[in-house]
Amino acid sequence: MAPRPRGGATEPAAEHELLSAGDVARTVARMAHQVIEKTALDAGRQEPAVVLLGIPTRGTPLARRLATRIAEFSGVQVPTGAVDITLYRDDLRRRPARPLESTCLPDGGIDDRLVVLVDDVLFSGRTIRAALDALRDLGRPRAVQLAVLVDRGHRELPIRADYVGKNIPTSRSEEVSVRLSEIDGEDRVVLRRPGRDEA
Amino acid sequence: MRHLLSTLDLDADTATELLDTAAKLKATLLGREVRKLPTLRGRTVVTMFYENSTRTRVSFEVAGKWMSADVINVSAGGSSVGKGESLRDTALTLAAAGADCVIVRHPASGAAQRLAHWLSDNGTAVVNAGDGTHEHPTQALLDAATLRERLGDLSGRRVGIVGDVLHSRVARSNVHLLRTLGAEVVLVAPPTLLPAGVDEWKVPVSYELDPELPTLDAVMMLRVQAERMHGGFFPSAREYSIAYGLNEARLRMLPEHAVVLHPGPMLRGMEIASAVADSPRAAITQQVSNGVHVRMAVLYHLLAAGEGHE
Repeated sequence: MAPRPRGGATEPAAEHELLSAGDVARTVARMAHQVIEKTALDAGRQEPAVVLLGIPTRGTPLARRLATRIAEFSGVQVPTGAVDITLYRDDLRRRPARPLESTCLPDGGIDDRLVVLVDDVLFSGRTIRAALDALRDLGRPRAVQLAVLVDRGHRELPIRADYVGKNIPTSRSEEVSVRLSEIDGEDRVVLRRPGRDEA
Repeated sequence: MRHLLSTLDLDADTATELLDTAAKLKATLLGREVRKLPTLRGRTVVTMFYENSTRTRVSFEVAGKWMSADVINVSAGGSSVGKGESLRDTALTLAAAGADCVIVRHPASGAAQRLAHWLSDNGTAVVNAGDGTHEHPTQALLDAATLRERLGDLSGRRVGIVGDVLHSRVARSNVHLLRTLGAEVVLVAPPTLLPAGVDEWKVPVSYELDPELPTLDAVMMLRVQAERMHGGFFPSAREYSIAYGLNEARLRMLPEHAVVLHPGPMLRGMEIASAVADSPRAAITQQVSNGVHVRMAVLYHLLAAGEGHE
């Protein structure tokens, strides 16, 4: 997950809107179409072959929104869930203790299904690596794909997304902040450049 | 949090965080085939038990193993303690051998505190798993976790702690923690089984159980600790049982929603009747399973976190 601005909104930092509320809705709709096409969801199967698993915090509501759109466009109800990766992080000892988030799998689990991991921002790829480790303890999916609202580059691991809402070239010092109404009260994606005295 | 020695060291935020972590861990592991998390891979946890214990030692060991820590058990019988090595030297040896965390149970009150002092240069975390008649903080945490599951938020709830308060580290740890979490505690015991200076705890004390029962949201029965009793604390086991034992008639005097806890090991027929211990109102096995998750949460907070800042 990308670093997000915390607290002090008074710092002299420049904010620049990348996606408006309308853009977020259109982007999610487009990603839903892509998931339907790529996974051949409407080809007509008996069992739900695809599961959307959000990575908390903001991946979870994103997964639910994707599922809603997919149901609208294809008529197929795709089960959703959440997979918390905190216990699988590789940087736990660099930070104070982190609170845990919820993990919940849809009925029937993930065995032999196509799991689409959903997150808000793809950055170093370490979150996704942790999520893949977590999945291994939860079952054996047929395949795993990745959907992200924003890909901001700077990968540190050989990981790429199958569905990308928007590619945004950034510098390392910048922060991409995805805000979703379920959590933040508004739909918006913002690029924040650190002020001079912070850099 | 560097050590866990006493529930007095826990403020409401830290205690709530530990309980929330434990609840999340429980939900995460529920129904899993592979109950193994990689979180504490490469960390070494030593349990050092100078007193007999089944549930505490086993649940610490399980907690460590489920999080992939290497867990080593040292008991007083099978170690150099039997050759006369002091607590301090044993602890320093374990730290030098690479223990990241020492979990200690000792018959002397204050042993864990001393240990933490001796190990302060090594960066080894110390968890108090019961020191004499002083404290048993993880027991209090698992009791609180169980009460939260059954009753929800604990603030404003009234909990009775009944029996051998004098010898009970469980009672002491629970009094502090429950009050920190906003609950009201009442101690019920014969005057001989209350510690000197109990008025400093600033909790109501009653010598009679029956009038308290209808006011309680939970009742915690303490074991009568015969091994720590050298003298006549009460006339006979039968008389104690009649005055302070939780039997079926007393169970009916509790409100419908009230929970019965016992830290174990239980003396059936003494402080708790068999039928009460096995009734659905009792949360005794739930306490044991919560013990594992609470101890995982403690190890997570002590060993998985670093010094840095967000």
